[in-house]
Amino acid sequence: MPAEIKSKVKQVEFSENSYLKKAKSFFEEAALVTMFCGRFFKELVKPPYEFAEFIKQAYLVGYKSFPLVATTGFIMGLVLTIQSRPTLATFGAESWLPAMVAVSIVREIGPVITALIFAGKVGSGIGAELASMKVTEQIDAMEVAGINPFKYIVVTRVMAATLMLPILVIAADAIALYGSYIGVNLKGDVSFHLFFLKVFEKLTFADVFPATIKTVFFGFAVGIISCYKGYNSNKGTEGVGLSANSAVVMGSLTIFIMDMIAVQITSLFSK
Amino acid sequence: MKAETIKAEVAHLNKSFGSNKVLLDMNFKIREGENLVVLGKSGSGKSVLIKCLIGLIEPDEGEIFLLGENVQDLEREALNILRKKVGFLFQSAALYDSKTVKENLEFHLRGSKTKSKEEIDQLVLEALQNVGLEEAIDKMPSELSGGMKKRVGLARALMLKPELILYDEPTTGLDPITSKEISRLILDVQKKYNTASIIITHDIECARITANRMIILKDGKAFIEGTYKELSESGDEWVSSFFK
Repeated sequence: MPAEIKSKVKQVEFSENSYLKKAKSFFEEAALVTMFCGRFFKELVKPPYEFAEFIKQAYLVGYKSFPLVATTGFIMGLVLTIQSRPTLATFGAESWLPAMVAVSIVREIGPVITALIFAGKVGSGIGAELASMKVTEQIDAMEVAGINPFKYIVVTRVMAATLMLPILVIAADAIALYGSYIGVNLKGDVSFHLFFLKVFEKLTFADVFPATIKTVFFGFAVGIISCYKGYNSNKGTEGVGLSANSAVVMGSLTIFIMDMIAVQITSLFSK
Repeated sequence: MKAETIKAEVAHLNKSFGSNKVLLDMNFKIREGENLVVLGKSGSGKSVLIKCLIGLIEPDEGEIFLLGENVQDLEREALNILRKKVGFLFQSAALYDSKTVKENLEFHLRGSKTKSKEEIDQLVLEALQNVGLEEAIDKMPSELSGGMKKRVGLARALMLKPELILYDEPTTGLDPITSKEISRLILDVQKKYNTASIIITHDIECARITANRMIILKDGKAFIEGTYKELSESGDEWVSSFFK
């Protein structure tokens, strides 16, 4: 076989091997995350319960994220209103602006954008914190002291993320609607009462309920992925950065995938 | 020697990571009130040995008895109970970053329903007095020097009045003066509480101060065993190189 063909064959074999390796490592990772989830549920129901640490984490994850989420929500509502107005004005449908923005924010933009911000702030924080605890042997220190580090560190953080994200999303939606009200009034004169009358005229339980339920899953995904990445970190200090980074990347991607599935399920029930 | 005075026993311990054989047929015993120093070059398996002892790493073969119980046979709950009777000082001290010195010490007493708040406060104070750091009680670990962190780590290890203390490189990363202080502290703890200690180190000065008996590891095996004096006078060139 000529040398040129041999080298081409080698290149093909090499790329096939690397794809196989990537596929294998993806499935291995998926299996490990599933096992990690299994352990989470097992430890969640088993006493003793770490209520004090859960409250502390809920404060850190929820309350401390509120200013960022509130600012983002306000800008989201304001910008969406300003950007949508010209298009609606073309069709003479400016009066639909509050309802359209409300449905967009409550059903889709509010939950997804807030969850992504949450993944960025909380996911990276948890990933880096746990990885750093692992590198500096703090997790081992708990283990040798007879304390279950999984229950103390992972269960409390995942529960805090799962329960705090829906609350943050509801708050972000409300602030985004207020931002939208400001946006409407930049080039018009609509009273607060009329704006929210229009909003709640179009918003139904079917808009609010599925959107809120999916944020519980988003919060769980962010919590469990960031904890998994941090708890299983290695490679020393380099691993801390890698864990934080991959917690955000994997968390954000999972949010989009879950959102796609949630939309399909919601549309099935709305038919 | 009475059987009940044996605080830890390792028999035919083997551990490999892939093809890398880290520990090969390790055997030793440690008695009440005795300081056993395990000396060896970096990468000789010292830290793996100490982590096998406390159940952080599972050995491939062999048996480990701590305070009379076979570590491998214990369920998680029973292992946790045993671990509360054993103190562990980590190489990095492993203090919890988000907690003050007081909270770090109290944390290891969690779930102790038999102790009141006042008793816990008293225990914290006593542990800090033992290491001469009462004034650092409300400081965060980030405000402490390397030597202070090690002392707080030692105070934390002493909180539950352990029968056995495991020291993983207690003087690594410290200047010679602080290293001596930590070594003397280890000796004080042994005298005050009559604890048995296994001290993993490559610091010969620490070994000289603390050791009642020493084991030198070579290629995962216990190469030689004896007192500091016996080993320092050994005719073996490799062993002598530690004492130069």
